[in-house]
Amino acid sequence: MDLYEYQGKALFARYGIPVSEGRLATSPAEAYQAAVELGCPVVVKAQVLTGGRGKAGGIKVAETPVEAEQRAREILGLDIRGHVVHKLWIEQASEIAKEYYLSLTFDRGAKKPLFMFTTQGGMDIEQVAEESPEALVKFHVDPFEGFQPYQARRLVYGAGVSDPGEQRQIAAIVGRLYDAFIGCDALLCEVNPLIVTPAGEVRALDSKFTVDDNALYKHSDIAAMRDPEAVPVEERAAHQKGVTYVKLDGEVGILGNGAGLVMSTLDVIALAGGRPANFCDLGGGGDAEGVVDALGVITNDPQVKAIFFNIFGGITRCDEVARGILQALSETSISHPIVVRLDGTNAEEGRRILAEAAPAGLYVEPTMLEAARRAVELAQ
Amino acid sequence: MAIIVDASTRLVVQGLTGSEGSFHGLRNRGYGTQVVAGVTPGKGGQDVEGIPVFDTVEEAVAQTGANASMVFVPARFATDAVYEAVAAGIGTVVCIAEGLPAHEMLRVYNYIRPHGVTMLGPNCPGVLSPGKANVGIIPAEIFREGSIGLVSRSGTLTYQIGHELTQLGLGNSTIVGIGGDPIVGSSFIDILAKFEADPETEHVVMVGEIGGDEEERAAAYIERHMTKPVVAYIAGFTAPPGKTMGHAGAIISGSSGTAQGKKAALEARGIRVGTTPTEAAQLVAELARGG
Repeated sequence: MDLYEYQGKALFARYGIPVSEGRLATSPAEAYQAAVELGCPVVVKAQVLTGGRGKAGGIKVAETPVEAEQRAREILGLDIRGHVVHKLWIEQASEIAKEYYLSLTFDRGAKKPLFMFTTQGGMDIEQVAEESPEALVKFHVDPFEGFQPYQARRLVYGAGVSDPGEQRQIAAIVGRLYDAFIGCDALLCEVNPLIVTPAGEVRALDSKFTVDDNALYKHSDIAAMRDPEAVPVEERAAHQKGVTYVKLDGEVGILGNGAGLVMSTLDVIALAGGRPANFCDLGGGGDAEGVVDALGVITNDPQVKAIFFNIFGGITRCDEVARGILQALSETSISHPIVVRLDGTNAEEGRRILAEAAPAGLYVEPTMLEAARRAVELAQ
Repeated sequence: MAIIVDASTRLVVQGLTGSEGSFHGLRNRGYGTQVVAGVTPGKGGQDVEGIPVFDTVEEAVAQTGANASMVFVPARFATDAVYEAVAAGIGTVVCIAEGLPAHEMLRVYNYIRPHGVTMLGPNCPGVLSPGKANVGIIPAEIFREGSIGLVSRSGTLTYQIGHELTQLGLGNSTIVGIGGDPIVGSSFIDILAKFEADPETEHVVMVGEIGGDEEERAAAYIERHMTKPVVAYIAGFTAPPGKTMGHAGAIISGSSGTAQGKKAALEARGIRVGTTPTEAAQLVAELARGG
């Protein structure tokens, strides 16, 4: 689960990482009030779960509360890379002398947490890694050894931070970031930029915080931070029904069992000259109820012109899926053509059930490739 | 021979008394796997259709000589189950359980490696050596005995490719599901090394997907260390960045982890990549028949 900047900063503050004081606002009036309480100048920052806010006009400085209200009016409702701004974080403006970068991530290759630190902050870290890799200091933490202060010193000295005050403050922040990372079951804690004020004070000016969904049962407070509005309406409806659904931008609705097979199905649709409308994984189930729910979610998308059911029965039995499809068709009015491909456990029985019922608009194809071609054809 | 599981595998099922554990444990026994014990704390002394249940893995090992474990317990107890198996001297752990917190799995990984334990999963379909042993939830009837090693991050996609191979008259030495999570017990490289050393395996199919850089690392490994031909398939060419595609590990972050990047990395090392599961199977068939 990705957290908003303000939520990540709240967790930073909980672990003793210095952040600027701020207020959440969902209307221009609240932005005005926040600016009054905080004292101007303030920064009005769009809260969206994507990068590139600054370039998209989602971060603006305001010198007065009236100006904060005005900026809030401009930013609220803005579409930033497909994310509509519903919330603003109003924060005391910071004077910036230097911008650094600090992060702690999961290194999947090394199977260890990885610290990255550079004094070239404020910009895209991939760019730093590419253009001046020597400026990016990396350090893996052994999960059994845990964080030790020498690791922070390696980062700070390694990156060439020379001011003793900065060295001391950053080393402390590094340790606290590790505590936050472990304490919150985070997959990513990123501070970009980590600023130094003209007075020499080090502070986190932004936060990127991702928490492991599988660990949320241990963190009810963080789980409660989930913003249901951050995911598209149709994905929300699907999740409530226990179906894994991701909306895409095409015409062929996809239903399958197993994440890998569904991904592969999307690719095959593209190779057949079509565009997949979604990713939809029935999971191990595939009983009638699951099929009805998933079909409902898919047909809700007005872009969908045809549906491709791609089932490989392992634990899932194809005869059950066939019955589920027939039940779904009898319970709901689906006008879309449906192409079905069944293979694996009880596939023959499943095909026989569908052939006997032979509902209008239902096509059974023997292979994944042929079924994909037929679905693309029907969607045109 | 085959790899990881075979006729000498003596399996203990952790969570045998649960509905999933008993269903699949008995199914594995029905296939011919020696399922010698179950473990459920508090249920020692019971049995599941003749399979004795113990309170601890240590006791199960002492009484039955179990040498492999299948973990079928709920996610929040799964890491504990893995540690218990390793502490009892089990050398092969197959973790079917899904939903394990990544931080816990990170510690498990760093713990098992120096112990020389082979772990598959979490969130994996298990491992099948046709004609010898089946440990996990792979539907064995799709596969037949043969000389092709198959390693995959996905379940049903593995079945799809196995099915395509069977249609072409080809069989498998061992089918290994390593799991779809970001951190799993065995990497592609770990399994590729086992296939390279296995006299029964002549060709290998590697089924990858978006996310991480395991396939890229495997490509470099194959070029340097493998004499046996490898064919690859990658799923997720149409997946958009930033969206998790079902598997927790299947997410494109930034510019890395794309299917295009993986395909390019493999092909740059001379490894052929099928664009569909059907094509991947056909490529293997060509190799197998061409000798």
